[in-house]
Amino acid sequence: MCGIAGFYGRLEPNEAHALLRRMTKALAHRGPDADGVFFDGEVGFAHTRLAIVGLADGAQPMTNAAGDVEITFNGEVFNYVELREEMKARGRRFRTSSDTEVILQLYEEMGADCVSRLNGDFAFAIWDRPRRRLLMARDRMGVRPLFYARRGATLYFASEVKALLEAPGVEAEIDPFALDQIFTTWAPIAPRTAFKDVLELEPAHLMIVEGGRTTVRPYWKLEFPDRDAARDMRSEAVVAEELRALLDDAVRLRMRADVPVGSYLSGGLDSSIVAAMAARISPDTLKTFSVTFDSAEHDESAFQAEMVRSLGTRHASIACRTGDIAAVFPAVVRHAERPIIRTAPAPLFQLSKLVRQEGCKVVLTGEGADEVFGGYDIFKEAAVRRFCGRQPGSRIRPHLFRKLYPYLPNLKQQTPEYLAAFFGAGADDLDDPLYSHRPRFRGTAAAKMFFSGDLRAALGDYDAAADLAGRLPADYGRWRPLHQAQYLETVFLLPGYILSSQGDRMAMAHGIEGRFPFLDHRLVEMAAAIPPGMKLKGLVEKHILRESTKDLLPVSINARTKQPYRAPDSQAFAGEGALDYVAEALTGADLEQGGLFNPSAVRKLHQKSRQVGLSGFRDNAAFVGVLSTQLWRQAFATGEVSQNSHEVRRAHKGTSHV
Amino acid sequence: MSDSIKADVRAFVVESFLFGDTNYDLSDDTSFIEGDIIDSTGVLELVAFIEERFDITLADAEIIPANLDSIAKIQAFVSRKTTPAQAMAV
Repeated sequence: MCGIAGFYGRLEPNEAHALLRRMTKALAHRGPDADGVFFDGEVGFAHTRLAIVGLADGAQPMTNAAGDVEITFNGEVFNYVELREEMKARGRRFRTSSDTEVILQLYEEMGADCVSRLNGDFAFAIWDRPRRRLLMARDRMGVRPLFYARRGATLYFASEVKALLEAPGVEAEIDPFALDQIFTTWAPIAPRTAFKDVLELEPAHLMIVEGGRTTVRPYWKLEFPDRDAARDMRSEAVVAEELRALLDDAVRLRMRADVPVGSYLSGGLDSSIVAAMAARISPDTLKTFSVTFDSAEHDESAFQAEMVRSLGTRHASIACRTGDIAAVFPAVVRHAERPIIRTAPAPLFQLSKLVRQEGCKVVLTGEGADEVFGGYDIFKEAAVRRFCGRQPGSRIRPHLFRKLYPYLPNLKQQTPEYLAAFFGAGADDLDDPLYSHRPRFRGTAAAKMFFSGDLRAALGDYDAAADLAGRLPADYGRWRPLHQAQYLETVFLLPGYILSSQGDRMAMAHGIEGRFPFLDHRLVEMAAAIPPGMKLKGLVEKHILRESTKDLLPVSINARTKQPYRAPDSQAFAGEGALDYVAEALTGADLEQGGLFNPSAVRKLHQKSRQVGLSGFRDNAAFVGVLSTQLWRQAFATGEVSQNSHEVRRAHKGTSHV
Repeated sequence: MSDSIKADVRAFVVESFLFGDTNYDLSDDTSFIEGDIIDSTGVLELVAFIEERFDITLADAEIIPANLDSIAKIQAFVSRKTTPAQAMAV
């Protein structure tokens, strides 16, 4: 787990080495243990290392025995032990105990197809000098990041955009279409990023640069059964047993490390399952970590305490108090490298810091279970909307919406007519491919009312939701409604927000590696084939997962209704959180200079947040979205910080004899 | 009277829900929900405003889009509520 960067193109040796050094420095937080570079006149690789496997002999970039294939690799291949044994049986010899060498040798055997054998979270680049081929690859679910930019004849790549900004000609300019996507779907739609002309390699994709041609193609796809396919006649018990066996194995593989592995513990079902399984593998020594909140609506500490008692783990928690989110938010945006419309990444930024302080650098998390087993409220909401849509005008059916969101007090006070209207029940087209997500996209996009006239003009009639709908696979329309909704969450929001802004970027800000047993691709494939009714049974989410793990957890945890992970949004910037930078970003001159938002409307929004508070979803999304966009600009595109770094960069670029 | 109801409601909606954005194409018949002007919290703010400004009380059953989802609908609803004869007929 580390940071990687590099380029393919002709650079002068001095220029190349200076660039690799700057890229290494920009990624130092991802790999505090060591760093290294490789340059052969045509290709340059940089690597910052967080040493977890093969501590003594896993240095990178790494060269094969013949000395003609080079790799720089970020992540873990969890099945490297099995792969190495297989290859040894075929007569191969290994010089190191690392998973890096396993990829390298597997590439020698299989070429680019080697990725199909890897069970892991990875982003890597391989330079095959005899073939003059650069291969880049990214894991199936998008756990590890990989960004790239082409300038002239040179291709630059890196784990984070901040390293790309060190390359000549790569400047930070907001991509207005990405902003529209964030203000609709919560994340840029890959390969687009918040940075204009900087792309990301999509999850489960390969990029091959060879013979002057660049090919980008998927090597794996998430697929669901056809709605008319023969019904899965297996009993729940059989499915639950198969699921359990795979999940056990997914956790076992992810406990592999030459350093201690800890576990996040939110108190919810998913992380409790993972921690319980890990505790069986490391009895008495497992460390668990959690965040607590002052506000009752966000806090889950009672459930955390119950799990700690039940498992006997060595537990540490950090309190996220009023004002804490505001204090770290600029750093959160700098690490996320994109505007965000919720503050939920901030407490995870604090949590990874705690893990570091506690001397741990690898943590398991429960992330992914909601996507894979149908846990999110949005899945239930879509089911209720369809149920209401079948009998428009019913005064009884819309009451179910209240049951869905017991933590949203305002909904309790609504009449059935308003509930039905808010959720588009009966009004939305049941055949719309984005049916499940329409209310969320509509509710979020309402925050675009704060966009400036210039930004609107730049966007023209661009529609982020339509763009998303245009990227769905041909078979999508043949899938069951829950599976369509799961696809949208798993392929877009999971890598675009959960695993990036909330996941990798927050953990790696403090050099912490997250591991996600629920995202083992064998489990993802198996779960995709499970009938929808076993995942969402009535309004009980993740039913089959609960069934398969009943023996692991106290009943109170096993039977818990999902409490979505949320953090205070605009309220986090009131009271002790009303720091000077917030007022400056939302009312100062930079708002006008940025030209992205309507200054007078944003000032009124800020004023309302101070005077009466913002309670609606749209206004909170707008507040956090505008604030984070402003902070993004300050961090990367304008202001003192970036002016300084531009000067530094210019000095580097202009001096080839450094 | 009806014009002043409309003007009052419009001023409130523009200030509270559109943050003074006068570019928004807000006609008397624009649906607050379909126009993304209002959400579940907004409805409660709107009810509080109407009760206070027009000195009336809304029963739970009256808090429905048919009464409150546009400037014109609010005007008609408030007029009915504040005209004694018609109010009795409701």
